[in-house]
Amino acid sequence: MTPFTTLTSIAIPLLRDNVDTDTIIPSREMRSTGRTGLAAGLFAPWRYLDVDSRLPDPDFPINDPRAAGAQILLGGDNFGCGSSREHAVWALAEWGISAVIAASFAPIFKANCLRNGLLPIEFPPAAFAWHELSIDLAAQTANGHHFAIDPEAKTMLLEGLDVIALTLQSHAVIDAWEAADRKARPWIYLEPHA
Amino acid sequence: MATLVEKIWNAHRAATTSSGTDLIAIDRIFLHERTGAAALKSMAAAKRRVRDPARVFVGVDHIVDTRPGRSDATLMPGGQGFITETREAARAAGLTIFDVTDRDQGIVHVISPELGIVLPGCTLVAPDSHTCTQGAFGSLAWGIGSSEAEHAMVTGMLRLSRPKTMRIRLDGRLSAGVTAKDLALALLARFGAGGGGGHAVEYAGSAVAALDLEARMTLCNMATEFAAFTGIIAPDEAAFAALAGRRYAPQAFDSPYWQSLCSDPDAIFDVELSHDASSAAPMVSWGTSPEHSIAVTANVPQGPARAHEYIGLAPGTPIAGTPIDVAFIGSCTNSRLSDLRRAATLLQGRHIAPGIKRALVVPGSSAVKRAAEAEGLHHIFAAAGFEWRESGCSLCFYAGGEGFSPGSRTISSTNRNFEGRQGPGIRTHIASPETVAASAIAGVIADPRNIAGALT
Repeated sequence: MTPFTTLTSIAIPLLRDNVDTDTIIPSREMRSTGRTGLAAGLFAPWRYLDVDSRLPDPDFPINDPRAAGAQILLGGDNFGCGSSREHAVWALAEWGISAVIAASFAPIFKANCLRNGLLPIEFPPAAFAWHELSIDLAAQTANGHHFAIDPEAKTMLLEGLDVIALTLQSHAVIDAWEAADRKARPWIYLEPHA
Repeated sequence: MATLVEKIWNAHRAATTSSGTDLIAIDRIFLHERTGAAALKSMAAAKRRVRDPARVFVGVDHIVDTRPGRSDATLMPGGQGFITETREAARAAGLTIFDVTDRDQGIVHVISPELGIVLPGCTLVAPDSHTCTQGAFGSLAWGIGSSEAEHAMVTGMLRLSRPKTMRIRLDGRLSAGVTAKDLALALLARFGAGGGGGHAVEYAGSAVAALDLEARMTLCNMATEFAAFTGIIAPDEAAFAALAGRRYAPQAFDSPYWQSLCSDPDAIFDVELSHDASSAAPMVSWGTSPEHSIAVTANVPQGPARAHEYIGLAPGTPIAGTPIDVAFIGSCTNSRLSDLRRAATLLQGRHIAPGIKRALVVPGSSAVKRAAEAEGLHHIFAAAGFEWRESGCSLCFYAGGEGFSPGSRTISSTNRNFEGRQGPGIRTHIASPETVAASAIAGVIADPRNIAGALT
């Protein structure tokens, strides 16, 4: 995972509540089992006047000339609600988004962001629309405003850690816990599949 | 003085890191072909292995064709690849797969309790937001992304901070024609689609205790629509009886451990809400978020302009009487045998209105389909003008293959009425199976209580 330390970018406002992952990346835009090839489908129903011909809607924020090269997206309440599809985060990242600032996030979307090096910041976004923002993750500030983040998530992002490798370092603890649990809750442990 | 969620959490905490994150043991993992292949492929590419393949199960539900006589082929462009790649990756990893033509095939959240895979007090995750459905059995079950699924498979753990807890008390007796679906929509209408705020929500109260397990699944299913971490209901004798002796479950739940799976009387929740179930009416969504839900007897309220524009209904319009094109009964929300029975009761001896262009019933599992057919329900649906399908997620969402006619207005027993969820321009009204059936008969959104003699 690429480390996230600081970021300075224009903030693209998509200040709608309950933006769902079906809209961020519609199911019909998920054409393979891979994690790539998704950027063109990002916000497809809103971004294009005609999805098939990919005719852009000039009124949609990411089509605004100011959005060119921008890496910060602003959202409303409950951003990323709906389907658990991680493709929503992969699509945002592939298009170029590195941080989303929203009034609140749906839980699964937020967790998916953190596993992909995309910084989710819970903060009232409206004042940032089309402003240049400087985010400093170590200091937990966006243009001087403090934001909260889970301590481990912060470390993961700052260091770009492989979280599976990190957990595997605890294998001795995990093995010991499971050995005890097998005795306490034998019904959990099933026979290997034939 | 612990809540049920705290008890399950503490029983699964293998370690706490220096930054305060818990390593939580995961007892059961489910994958499906839509998001599971990504996790399995990524794992294989990293040359990692599943820690305990016997506790990872794979369903085929999202993309699989539901037309009779199906195979791996789907109408969705590229859809077959999702099925074949998932199958190959699952076999290579030694996982148990309930494949396209297996007797046990079905929507993962429907087949899990049928097979006794979900258990009270267990942790269960799947890369599917509606995993919360399985909280109905007293399991801590929640939706995750593909990367987290990979993490859980490889390590047997997830790294998490314990979610805050919320209890929603639902007391009072549901009136005739009002269901768990209507309760879920009433909560969304009252507290909003963000109302759960990432909390683990325990549903409690006399109205919840009175629900059968399939209805409890419907209630828990929509916890994700409420932005909850998950939903859960303390297991009672009915829950134990529903699972005992199933293929992967214990024969009996008779040790004191099982009785401990409840919130202590003095447990403290971070948030407590309550709602009077006896006042609930059949609900239907009017807009483009599940929180845009109203009683079927009500008028469309003032909402976001964008929602009114998309759905084509102005504020003040009575929702009942809105002409519909399509009726859909299915999805992990409402596709179990009891759902089909209740819809069939309304449809018995009746027919969908001439204006209905399509009506479908899609059983939640192949076992549900067989059980419904054994009761003759498929004949009732067919006589009423409904297509009778193989099991799967079907048209709960649109993947680019089979779809409804552009611009169609659907009444749907599903969980999401987002813009485009069921296809570009499709306008979705979510409701109970009863309300879907009544509306299909009337050709307009209709109150199921007005179907004479059908509801008790």
